[in-house]
Amino acid sequence: MSQSPKTLFQKIWDAHVVAEEPGAPAVLYIDLHLVHEVTSPQAFAVLKERGLKVRRPDRTVATMDHSIPTRGGYEAADEMGRIQLRLLESNCQAHGIRMYGLDSVQRGIVHVIGPEQGFTQPGMTIVCGDSHTSTHGAFGSLGFGIGTSEVGHVLATQCLLQRKPRTCEVRVDGQLRPGVTAKDIILAVLAKIGVGGGTGHVFEYTGSAIRSLDMEGRMTVCNMSIEGGARAGMVAPDDRTFQFVAGREFAPKGAAWDRAVARWRQLPTDPGATFDKTVTLDASRLEPMVTFGTNPGQGVAITQPLPTPASLSDPNERAGLEKSLAYMKFEPGKPILGQPVDVVFLGSCTNSRLVDLRAAAQLLRGRKVAANVRMMVVPGSQSVKQAAESEGLDRVFKEAGADWREAGCSMCIAMNGDQLSPGQLAVSTSNRNFEGRQGKGGRTVLASPLTAVAAAVAGRIADPRALLS
Amino acid sequence: MSAPKFTTLTARCVVLPVMDVDTDQIIPARFLKVTDKKGLGEKLFCDWRYRDDGSPNPDFVLNRPESQGARILVAGHNFGCGSSREHAPWALVGWGLQAVISTLFADIFKGNSLKNGLLPIEIAPAAHAALVAARTQNPQLPVTVDLHAQTVAWPGQAPLQFPIDPFSRTCLLEGVDELGYLQKFTPQAEAYEAAHA
Repeated sequence: MSQSPKTLFQKIWDAHVVAEEPGAPAVLYIDLHLVHEVTSPQAFAVLKERGLKVRRPDRTVATMDHSIPTRGGYEAADEMGRIQLRLLESNCQAHGIRMYGLDSVQRGIVHVIGPEQGFTQPGMTIVCGDSHTSTHGAFGSLGFGIGTSEVGHVLATQCLLQRKPRTCEVRVDGQLRPGVTAKDIILAVLAKIGVGGGTGHVFEYTGSAIRSLDMEGRMTVCNMSIEGGARAGMVAPDDRTFQFVAGREFAPKGAAWDRAVARWRQLPTDPGATFDKTVTLDASRLEPMVTFGTNPGQGVAITQPLPTPASLSDPNERAGLEKSLAYMKFEPGKPILGQPVDVVFLGSCTNSRLVDLRAAAQLLRGRKVAANVRMMVVPGSQSVKQAAESEGLDRVFKEAGADWREAGCSMCIAMNGDQLSPGQLAVSTSNRNFEGRQGKGGRTVLASPLTAVAAAVAGRIADPRALLS
Repeated sequence: MSAPKFTTLTARCVVLPVMDVDTDQIIPARFLKVTDKKGLGEKLFCDWRYRDDGSPNPDFVLNRPESQGARILVAGHNFGCGSSREHAPWALVGWGLQAVISTLFADIFKGNSLKNGLLPIEIAPAAHAALVAARTQNPQLPVTVDLHAQTVAWPGQAPLQFPIDPFSRTCLLEGVDELGYLQKFTPQAEAYEAAHA
């Protein structure tokens, strides 16, 4: 008898169930646990209280990214930040956990260094006390964010209690037009389904547009799955995935590599497997996308006018849109193009990889950041920074008038010194435009690296396609 | 080890009928540098609750006299979306809340809340609207939650069933420590590791 067809998600889930008692969630084995300074202190404290050890330090990797200043060095952090960073150091030292500390040339944003160092591999279960752990699904792994209690559970047992989520296929077919990128795909998906549309589900992104994306593009898409409410987003692994992983420090080598690839080739969703629901999008019709409101689902094509609350029939939705537009100081029905910009932020776990910096630098080369704009470029890791510098990308940014920083979450989370002042409008390549996300009173427009550069050059929200030669 | 318990509760509620409230609003990132769970209740909804000079914003619901002593938050659709920070339920519990009623909760927030004795109660939009209306009529409206029966009720409303997965319900009713429960599976985890080495 042949087995019933399975989705990529189902295969990984089934392969990781350690035990399951009736009426209880599954005990799921975790292959890789990523740790950072902000969501781990209280979890390590629980271990200490109970006299427990980290069960598998060899499956645990730590980095400093959220609260570290991108000006470099502990000294740049405030007192609480320094305490938090030092505590991660001592916790990792006490438990024998590999940590990419401030002096490491490989330190960086947790979701950048996981793939970069080869920790992230197809078929794995990957967790981190960070909702953007969905990024790792780009490799055909099951990556999802967890709370600090669960960080403690995984540290102590390498397992997690999980209820099985439902599956949702997000099918994106068609060829992207010039100036339209992976970021625009995911912003369009979010605009279509809204911020709660994926709640209770795991996304699998399929279709020709997804297959055509490079690994960095797939990471950008999977990264923002959580902005649609889906804890995880996945892409079936293919040759492009294997090429990316091959040769990285922690990737399998030699005969182990061959065995791994043979196993990984079995992961893609079987023909005939079904999803609980499906969402479709035509990539060939997409334009550069920008958000206009205070959640990532409030996005429009850059050429479109801002929506009008009066057109919404649901009173709660109308009130939500009114509140968002009022916070953003945007007038309903007006174009978003031409809105004056104060800050441009190129960085975050969504768009801070070498490919992102190259695309931005290519558009910025020979141009200047407008006099009214402060542009910050923050590489996703020190490795990205070094690679960018060896290609001369840093010079392009600096000559254009942008600020070139050390790796970190920077202005995406605004708890490290990099932040907006009240009222400032930023065009950001990050993932969240929530009220005050980039600094109290700050206003955020999410966009692709190309759209961010266009805004930096024009000093206002501008269509990047006008800059393409 | 003791874990937070929840059995029954009768308390007044506060209403914050805003859709898609993200965890950055519940507790802004600048307060995440703490290395313990203390003091977060004071920062709950900080940027909505306090004016720029640090004084309480009298218009914000938590600052109204009738909200003091409330133990239940009636929130809008998709409450707790965004960041996975467990600091969000820590802040809600720190302020004194024990249950949140909404029409939808974000997954990670829901899981984090259950682990901290903060009960997420999902009810249908019509019932939610009726609760908001009843609370508007009577700011002292007592709301009763019975986790054993899985019901929520208020004057004029017969007990309404709400869903909760049986494991979380048992954990809250009996104060089951989830980490302790997980540790019992160590032999199975070891067997799994041996089979996958």
